Amino acid sequence: MDIKSASGKSESHEESWGYDRKTIDYIQNASAHGLYEIRGLGAKRRLPHFDDLVFLAASLSRYPLEGYREKCLTRTTLGTRFATKPIELETPITIAGMSFGALSANVKEALGRAATQMGTSTTTGDGGMTQEERRSSKTLVYQCLPSRYGFNPDDVRRADAIEVVIGQGAKPGGGGMLLGQKVNPRVAKMRTLPEGVDQRSACRHPDWTGPDDLVIKIKELRELTDWEKPIYVKLGATRVFNDVKLAVHAGADVVVVDGMQGGTAATQTCFIEHVGIPTLAAVRQAVDALEDLNMKGEVQLIVSGGIRTGPDVAKAIAMGADAVAIGQGILVALGCNAATYIKDGQHISALDGYRALGTAPGYCHHCHTGKCPTGVTTQDVQLEQRLQPDVGARRVKNYLKTLTMELTTIARACGKQNVHHLEREDLVALTVEAAAMARVPLAGTDWIPGVRRG
Amino acid sequence: MESLSFDLARTPLRQVNQFLHTGLAAGDTRTVEILNPDGAHSIAVGLDREVTIDIRGHAGYYAAGMNKRAHVTIHGSAGTGVAENQMSGVVHVKGFASNGAGASAHGGLLIIDGDAGLRCGISLKGGDIVVGGSVGSFSAFMAQAGRMVICGNAGDALGDSLYEAVLYVRGNIKSLGADARIEPMTDDDMRTVGALLEKAGLTHDPGSFKRVASARSLYHWNADANQEY
Repeated sequence: MDIKSASGKSESHEESWGYDRKTIDYIQNASAHGLYEIRGLGAKRRLPHFDDLVFLAASLSRYPLEGYREKCLTRTTLGTRFATKPIELETPITIAGMSFGALSANVKEALGRAATQMGTSTTTGDGGMTQEERRSSKTLVYQCLPSRYGFNPDDVRRADAIEVVIGQGAKPGGGGMLLGQKVNPRVAKMRTLPEGVDQRSACRHPDWTGPDDLVIKIKELRELTDWEKPIYVKLGATRVFNDVKLAVHAGADVVVVDGMQGGTAATQTCFIEHVGIPTLAAVRQAVDALEDLNMKGEVQLIVSGGIRTGPDVAKAIAMGADAVAIGQGILVALGCNAATYIKDGQHISALDGYRALGTAPGYCHHCHTGKCPTGVTTQDVQLEQRLQPDVGARRVKNYLKTLTMELTTIARACGKQNVHHLEREDLVALTVEAAAMARVPLAGTDWIPGVRRG
Repeated sequence: MESLSFDLARTPLRQVNQFLHTGLAAGDTRTVEILNPDGAHSIAVGLDREVTIDIRGHAGYYAAGMNKRAHVTIHGSAGTGVAENQMSGVVHVKGFASNGAGASAHGGLLIIDGDAGLRCGISLKGGDIVVGGSVGSFSAFMAQAGRMVICGNAGDALGDSLYEAVLYVRGNIKSLGADARIEPMTDDDMRTVGALLEKAGLTHDPGSFKRVASARSLYHWNADANQEY
């Protein structure tokens, strides 16, 4: 397209689709630095998602519940297969694993407090269990990761469930990363690393390889905990149908499937945007696997990766999840990407912090730098003061409460007295892609792409 | 009763481990013998007591896994992950050990009289390992802290991506992993090796060992490191 400038001279403004400004910027950065970009959070590209589904609520053919008054249960039990002490939650919305190191100790404490007030669970991360989160969390899931940073039998015994992490939706097949600026003395000590080192976690567990070994590893954890605690297996979504089956064969009580919208504290951008499958597709395959094994209900399914709203939760459950786990949404609730932080009840501008990072509220993904302007993903002694545990706990509690209310609102409208009664039949898709992935009909039709009729 | 014996041919492992976790606290048992292990997995995992345990035969995966304080002797060979994530205490394998021996051990001492398989001392976090024989490839991969004394040879990629753990090798090293390098033995190294050999009941000359440690060139972003970063 040619545009006439003020001088009347013609200038070309035709942007290339293949070499748009984003791609040019990528190539120029690569050629300037010789290293891939690392950033935080999850996939930013448009993906088929729960937004592409809608509910068919009650009308004449279905009978709704009274929206504000009738009881709609949200109670959720996880780990009923082998564990003698399954986890009982008041809501199916849990807090996903995020490490101390990626997050400050204040944030970990806030998450524990909020989860406890809401009757749900929170999860440790790739950095061990802090006293703050154990103390503040009624129900704490302890991750067993390839790195085994800070992993020890006392914390295994102190935990309420163990989550063996095979992969993460943001980077299935990849290990963690924590850049030196976040490895302060306490983080370094917990992880047995030199201070300030760029820490790269392993992507493979040190003491087992493959699904047959995992059977034995899970048995070890069961023996160690006297078969009391539920064992979760967390998978980054790729070959979900087969992976879920293998996790069930390995003896998991609960399978966690994390789709590609799932966040990370720091990973190569190429990984975040180009590896793994969307959560919507992953849920469908995970449920297929459980149904194929006749294990639906016996092994519980937790879905994570881009769950942001009550409707997202409702749709995941309708598709067959027993619970969801939220990471990024929780960070946003805490103040991630907000223009201000709260101190002594006052909102204070954080814009200088964003400017220093070369970004702005709404666009920031600089968790990897440790310079979080709102004090969420930092180990900096000054910055972490920008998020006080009581403020964080209140905001996260409010967020989880809102999501739970939205979930029951939708469930009641669909005529369900229990959110776990939501079903696939309640959903239709707005796009052909979502219809094919979720295997629900395109709205207004009985057409499910890929499914033969009759 | 100061001494107890369990026969795994007759008593289920679950019952034995349960006793080791909760039954020991109630009495004054100082030594426990486990007969007919027959390669069972997860024998004596999660111990947290000063007790001596003798496993009379071969053990499967994760024998004495996550040990704290106990002294466990395996009078035979051990499967994958023996003494994995050990915190303290001693695990002594009289025979050979399979893959991942002492993986991610935070403390304590693992002694293997024979050879160890692949990835011995992988992710080591402060424990000590003495191997009377040789170790397989990828041993001490990403080892963070602690010491390994290898009296025989080491396979490929020894000490790949090492952090602060230090390895001592008496025999040949097939190849070193990324960022691992051979360094001169100091007087401190001689004393360290001598003390660990003594604990393991071995009499080699500490001066016959080579020291392998991290060159620390991968600790931070490095545009010239290419694929190794």
